[in-house]
Amino acid sequence: MLSLAEVWYGVVCIAAIAYVVLDGFDLGVGMLHLFTRKDEERRLMLNAIGPVWDGNEVWLVVVGGALLAGFPPAYATLCSAFYTPFMIFLAGIIFRAVAIEFRSKLSHKGWRQLWDIVFSLGSYIITIVLGVLLGNLITGIPLDKEGEFYGSFFGFFTPYTLLMGLMAVVLFMMHGSIYLNMKIEGAFHATTRRWSTRTMIFFVITYISATFATLVAMPHMLDLMREIPYLYLLGVVAMLSIANIPRMLSKGQDGWAFTSSCCSIALLFLLFGVGMYPVIIRSSVETSLHSITLYNSAASTLTLKVLMIIAGIGLPLVIAYGFWIYRIFRGKVKLDKWSY
Amino acid sequence: MDVVFLARIQFMFTIGFHYLFPPLSIGLALMLVLMEGMYLVTKEEKYKVMTKFWMNIFALSFAMGVASGIVQVFSFGNNWSRYSKFVGDVFGGALAAEGIFAFFLEAGFLGLMLFGWDKVKPKIHYLATVLVAFGAHFSAIWICIANSWMQTPAGFKILGEGHQARAVITDFWAMMFNPSSLVRITHVLIGCWLTGVFIVLSVAGYYLLRKRHIEFAKSTMKLGLYVGAVMVVLQLISADSSAEVVAKHQPEKLAAMEGVFTTRPHTPMTLIGYPDMEKQEVKGLKIPSLLSFLTYKDFKTPVTGLDKFPKKNWPNVPLVFATYHIMIYCWVAMVVSLLLGGYFFWKKKIEKARATLILLTFSVFFPYIANQVGWYTAEFGRQPWIVYHLLRTAEGVSKSVSAAQVLGSLIMFFVIYSLLFCLFIFLLNRKIHHGPEYEQEDMRSLEYRPLI
Repeated sequence: MLSLAEVWYGVVCIAAIAYVVLDGFDLGVGMLHLFTRKDEERRLMLNAIGPVWDGNEVWLVVVGGALLAGFPPAYATLCSAFYTPFMIFLAGIIFRAVAIEFRSKLSHKGWRQLWDIVFSLGSYIITIVLGVLLGNLITGIPLDKEGEFYGSFFGFFTPYTLLMGLMAVVLFMMHGSIYLNMKIEGAFHATTRRWSTRTMIFFVITYISATFATLVAMPHMLDLMREIPYLYLLGVVAMLSIANIPRMLSKGQDGWAFTSSCCSIALLFLLFGVGMYPVIIRSSVETSLHSITLYNSAASTLTLKVLMIIAGIGLPLVIAYGFWIYRIFRGKVKLDKWSY
Repeated sequence: MDVVFLARIQFMFTIGFHYLFPPLSIGLALMLVLMEGMYLVTKEEKYKVMTKFWMNIFALSFAMGVASGIVQVFSFGNNWSRYSKFVGDVFGGALAAEGIFAFFLEAGFLGLMLFGWDKVKPKIHYLATVLVAFGAHFSAIWICIANSWMQTPAGFKILGEGHQARAVITDFWAMMFNPSSLVRITHVLIGCWLTGVFIVLSVAGYYLLRKRHIEFAKSTMKLGLYVGAVMVVLQLISADSSAEVVAKHQPEKLAAMEGVFTTRPHTPMTLIGYPDMEKQEVKGLKIPSLLSFLTYKDFKTPVTGLDKFPKKNWPNVPLVFATYHIMIYCWVAMVVSLLLGGYFFWKKKIEKARATLILLTFSVFFPYIANQVGWYTAEFGRQPWIVYHLLRTAEGVSKSVSAAQVLGSLIMFFVIYSLLFCLFIFLLNRKIHHGPEYEQEDMRSLEYRPLI
């Protein structure tokens, strides 16, 4: 029987997966934004994510809230240890959000070009920080016995964490381009298809390197799999799912390609969650004593019960009307007078 | 400069900036629900024009609110990690609920509201508008509950000692409905609605002053005057019940708000004045017994003064006194604006009443200032505690964060927010100048120069 804390760890994981799968494609679209120079095409891309990007980003807030509520010390250490990266990340979030809104407000060439750059740069910054942060959670950071961080900013950048940053960038770019395939028609569709093929190649290269690097340098990520060998299947399914993307792309099945891409990202994140379990923030020194785990940081039983009720009522609702909104905006984007 | 001071400045600055936008969004959300509702009932085109115009401004304010709001979600952990560990068990639930019940509703249906006019039936579109408004209100409710718990904690016990101490929920409903939750939620929401009312009145006043979009301005103003009249009265009632709760649960805050240094019967209320900290008395125009009456509905009962509390537990008296009184003056200014506006409007002379129109144009500042200084009163008045009588503010900061880091991020936020504020004002101003029937020129065929 799973304990409440263990279940809540799962809920946090699900929220994080929802975040990377959903915000992943709009960040990817943002990173691809400058790859075309036509205003019409940039607007098509912006309006493809226009009605949904805001809701996608809310999943990040939910991850933050769920962590603070269920594992307060983990949230406290995460935010204060990664202080400077967080500030860079937040600057990216702020600029990206306003750039989308500001851009369309003026029909002036320089104005639009400026906000296009800000929007795209913000998307890169957010993605890189997320990747590097995930990399650091895998390698571990120096924590003292009270769970306080005592490393430095430059310590966050190692070859491994930078590789994870790079992987996040190409993964989201691929994901974004596959999303665009579904939303774009005509001549521009051929362009987005070309982006998909190219980013796919880059992604496969970084994915293979990252997998090898993890197997060689981060063997602790396999601890739980050794205990429960069935979990190795997750890795296999992830590989199949990734392999299915080019298959669907070549068949011209844009919808299925996007589904595969979503599944691949979800499975990769799930592998990360399984690898970390039950640790939330790994300490690189005295790992077994100083790490913050779901057991030593869980909130009280009553709080966890309340959280379960909140999530039990809230998440099905959110998912239901989320699907409904996506359905309303399904199909190819057309620019009308309401568009950005 | 020490970390605590810098972290406090940073929190005040970032939350103060953030709080420029939610009241506008919440207030406008209510106005949008009314406007689009009137459109659905009357089918008159002018209400649709009105709804779309304000929806545009709502979207701008919403984007600013989201951008500055995400910063706040993480700010507790960034600068106040010790505090986060202490309150996480209690505070986190409210924050998680805010995300799940409020933000998704807001953000999810915002897209449908802004871009869905031609995609769904008018009634479904109206539903989206209503749900966005609900989301905006829910979010205010949850965050007010969390804040109220810091002011009047209830339904918890303390586990552990010293650095390991943390508050743990024992009774969820007592935590949610702690003594100040309800009065704070109502006071804050009415403040937000007033912001919505006065931005509408301000723009309508400006158009009438400039003799532009007269029909649009008149019907908008009418709506604003009606809703405003109800809201100022409600706010007075809510203020009275808030003061009673403060008197009962945070007496040193009330004493600082009114500058009551010594406890004595027939406590007077200062209409205008300043607290002299050396002589420990308030100089200015006072009405005898009024404070006793307002607090206890009895002219004699003394209001507890600061002399009953050790000096190390006093808030900053001149600051709390000043912010509290400015808030009240703003309310008076709102009442005056509404009375003058209402009088001339019903006499059908509003277009010629230039002085009143000028007052109405600038009247949007009154709810804005009141919202800001009102929160200053609530939060400065809680000092030196971060959680009232449980955790001192100085004990709440992050241990691993240095003064240089906090200063660095403070400068970053200052630069970014100043820039965004200028852009927001610029775009808002442009939108208002262009009026309700403006269409962007088409730039579809434009090709940008290569960057590299």
